[in-house]
Amino acid sequence: MPGGWLDFEQPLVELEQRIEDLRLLASRENLEADRELKRLAEKADSLRRRIFSDLTPWQRVQLARHPQRPYTLDYIPMLFSDFVELRGDRAFAEDTAIVAGLARFRDRPVAVVGHQKGRNTRENLRRNFGMPQPEGYRKALRVMQLAEKFGNPVITFVDTPGAYPGIGAEERGQAEAIARNVREMTRLRVPIVVVVTGEGGSGGALAIAVGDRVYMLEYAFYSVISPEGCASILWKTREKAPEAAAALRFTAPDLLEMGVVDGLLPEPPGAAHRSPAAAAATIGDALAGALAELEGLDPGELVERRRARYLAMGAYAPEP
Amino acid sequence: MTWFRKKSAQLPMAFRRREVPDGVWMKCAGCGEILYRREVERRLWTCGRCGAHFRISAADYVAILADEGSFTPLFGEVQSVDPLEFSDARGRYADKLLEEQAGDPAREAVVTGRARIESQPLVLAVMDFHFLGGSMGSVVGERIARAGGLARRERIALVILSCSGGARMHEGILSLMQMAKTCAELGRLHEEGVPYISILADPTTGGVSASFAMLGDVILAEPNALIGFAGPRVIRETIREELPPGFQRAEFTQEHGFVDLIVPRGEMRATLGRLLRYFADSEGRRRHRLPAPPAPAPRA
Repeated sequence: MPGGWLDFEQPLVELEQRIEDLRLLASRENLEADRELKRLAEKADSLRRRIFSDLTPWQRVQLARHPQRPYTLDYIPMLFSDFVELRGDRAFAEDTAIVAGLARFRDRPVAVVGHQKGRNTRENLRRNFGMPQPEGYRKALRVMQLAEKFGNPVITFVDTPGAYPGIGAEERGQAEAIARNVREMTRLRVPIVVVVTGEGGSGGALAIAVGDRVYMLEYAFYSVISPEGCASILWKTREKAPEAAAALRFTAPDLLEMGVVDGLLPEPPGAAHRSPAAAAATIGDALAGALAELEGLDPGELVERRRARYLAMGAYAPEP
Repeated sequence: MTWFRKKSAQLPMAFRRREVPDGVWMKCAGCGEILYRREVERRLWTCGRCGAHFRISAADYVAILADEGSFTPLFGEVQSVDPLEFSDARGRYADKLLEEQAGDPAREAVVTGRARIESQPLVLAVMDFHFLGGSMGSVVGERIARAGGLARRERIALVILSCSGGARMHEGILSLMQMAKTCAELGRLHEEGVPYISILADPTTGGVSASFAMLGDVILAEPNALIGFAGPRVIRETIREELPPGFQRAEFTQEHGFVDLIVPRGEMRATLGRLLRYFADSEGRRRHRLPAPPAPAPRA
């Protein structure tokens, strides 16, 4: 898959180009190059492993925001069948920065909710770069409560820079919409499984990310504030975003260690965008495992466990 | 998404008591009038000329709202740690905490306890903007959740006065999770019919407005308080336009349907008294339990 290389992948680019050139040459001239190709491919694999085993938090941010990273609408056809998208919050508008609907997951009916970014400028204008208005959150809640009505699990995909900071969003109660979702998700009487697939942008992410199981893709991040926002306040310049990214401890391994997420889902070599199908397969297995554990629970027990999970979060003295 | 805001002049009403020399006179940050300090104090820290409500400490709010001598602080033993070993351009969070605590490790951005207002018992939580911008970290979340739990078990009202820029960056994702923690407890109050009154003071933004502050059964606000999700600077930088006059002020927020009543500081206590009596008189009358949607049968 050519293109989309990030700065820190540059050593790989040259090698991948040599492999590509040799392959073309070999096929055009009908040469025997298999051994050399194999040697180069192994070299590329080991180089890739070395680069990806030692990523800085800021490099992870770049991967999480990669313009080719799979989004909710990429995962849905790979994970679900019979998807029926539901639109609108039944109060004011449809918000395309969140998609929601009914689907089947490995033969059980579920509801699916996720942020949706655009792949190019035109799409991003339509999707508002994955930054929801209050209506997006209200639609999400409507669909989640529909799932509750029928006793079906909810699966959410989180990938947003944050809730949209705009005049209309404030007028129509962005804060209220997020607050209501968070409260209602703590008491929804069906299983909720969350996958943070890209950017977990603060309250705009949390508004669809309260669940019984929360997973994170390996190179996703999930933070109280964007690294740029944090840098501009505490370092007085957005240029210090890489420092803020390290200080905030928001990578998947960090959150796993803090107990905020339940599992880190390994990404294919070179990250999810190099092999979306492989990423989807990993997510699918995690979802299936989680649902198998959760579906047998009595709804009251399910809600009490979810509440206990969130009531236990935080670090203070004396230790609880 | 900037939830934690500098304590600076973006908020025209900003007035920090600590910065005011203990002189006889002071200047109103709203209208510029030179005011006699004793008179301002008598007016519960509001300007007699323009009505500006100056930002005050949690202790001052408790003194203004609660019956004299009725406040018993609770949960002061829940104290901050530095889970991320966070440091920024100006130093370590751990040192910042020590500095803000000023010798009292119980000091944090919220004070919680039992109180009475016009003789009605309640659990009161008051945020303090002077402590790291009133930001919500693990201690704020835990104290508010415990306050909610106490109110719920004793079936008395929970009153939270919010005054906060939002979640505390220095505790990272754990601060964000306090939104879910506080909302989880409020969900229980909601189901069990325990009243919750939310008061919004200047400012109430970010992760505080986007969690417990916006979930009151009744939501009151002080005049001209800044109330919103995103801060005005972030919005201005995003949309690259000037913001309309009065944007995100309490009156604007009420006009858009998100605040019940705007209550001047001097009338807050009487308003709370009236609401608390209403709730107390309602106690025991309810015959159903929320949510009670029929439980879906567990899947085989």
